[in-house]
Amino acid sequence: MTYILIFISAVFVNNIVLSQFLGICPFLGVSKKINTALGMSGAVVFVMTISTIFTYVIQKSILEPYHIAFLQTITYILVIAALVQLVEIILKKISPALYQALGVFLPLITTNCTILGVAIMVIQKNFNLLESVVFAVSTAIGFGLALILFSGIREQLSMAKLPKGMEGTPIALLTAGLLALAFMGFAGIVK
Amino acid sequence: MSNAKFKIILNGLINENPTFVLILGMCPTLATTSSAINGFSMGLATSFVLIGSNVAISLLKNLIPDKVRIPAYVVVIATFVSVVEMVMQAYVPALYASLGIFIPLIVVNCIVLGRAEAFASKNSVFDSALDGIGIGLGFTFALTLLGMVREFLGTGKIFSMSVFPDKYGMLIFILAPGAFIALAYLIAIVNKLRKA
Repeated sequence: MTYILIFISAVFVNNIVLSQFLGICPFLGVSKKINTALGMSGAVVFVMTISTIFTYVIQKSILEPYHIAFLQTITYILVIAALVQLVEIILKKISPALYQALGVFLPLITTNCTILGVAIMVIQKNFNLLESVVFAVSTAIGFGLALILFSGIREQLSMAKLPKGMEGTPIALLTAGLLALAFMGFAGIVK
Repeated sequence: MSNAKFKIILNGLINENPTFVLILGMCPTLATTSSAINGFSMGLATSFVLIGSNVAISLLKNLIPDKVRIPAYVVVIATFVSVVEMVMQAYVPALYASLGIFIPLIVVNCIVLGRAEAFASKNSVFDSALDGIGIGLGFTFALTLLGMVREFLGTGKIFSMSVFPDKYGMLIFILAPGAFIALAYLIAIVNKLRKA
């Protein structure tokens, strides 16, 4: 039951993009077409799950026993950067098809603050390893859901006529605002 | 101060304002501006990291090999972020709690890495410090402005000083959707002014 609650909470109620404001850059950057949005979402699910497991294990087995938890930020960002490189190299070797699909998005992910954000959040929330993994996967799905919905709207929006000043970022932000308003309807389902 | 040096600061504040013109670092911009004071503090914290990392990277620019420069920059930035994090935790715990996860996330703020790569790695120490100050001021200004607009519309206050009664405030501007909407209109106004 806990896992289902974590899932619903992370995907709908506390959606990472629309209510926590993490990962806005890729949310605005790669949401012009549904296809790229799908690719990005896939890459985020993949990397977020792996990086959360790694950072969690490092936190519990190295940083905490040796009382060097203040190095958290530096350690995590290096681990994530190295991991993304590693995933890229391994993927290229063992699954060229998957690499083709996700390849361009992988380097972008290092600067995606959702990855580092989730790694820190699972420690703050005192999750155990399994809960952390569920949380990471559901957060990534929530990110994907918001991104894909948003890109669908933007594809339609690109045909609309807009006042000059509103073109580009302003209208995208306004759309995101309305989407966030819609997601507020989920508030209260889970505490 | 000579004119050219002054221009570096002005460039960050107006021509290349990170929020309104370059549209960088959107996450903290949206998340920490539910009140003017929160936006202002986040701006200051980021400015400190910007100035510190710009100076450090400018000093080290001849020592860092070109191939590993990005990881090297990230380590420098992460060091300054950890400093800010610990100082805030010790001296302003309430503020630290309200900014929460966005303090460690300054590491992945693209403005900081962007300035390191675009400016500090090519210019003198003094100029890099000025650039950090300029961009930092621009970012702080943008966050404070957005925070003021949201706080005013949401609760009728500016910097916690009451302007009109609380009950007429539109709560939505304090919540997530209001952040998107307020920033959308601010950028639209800036776009309009820039083109005019």
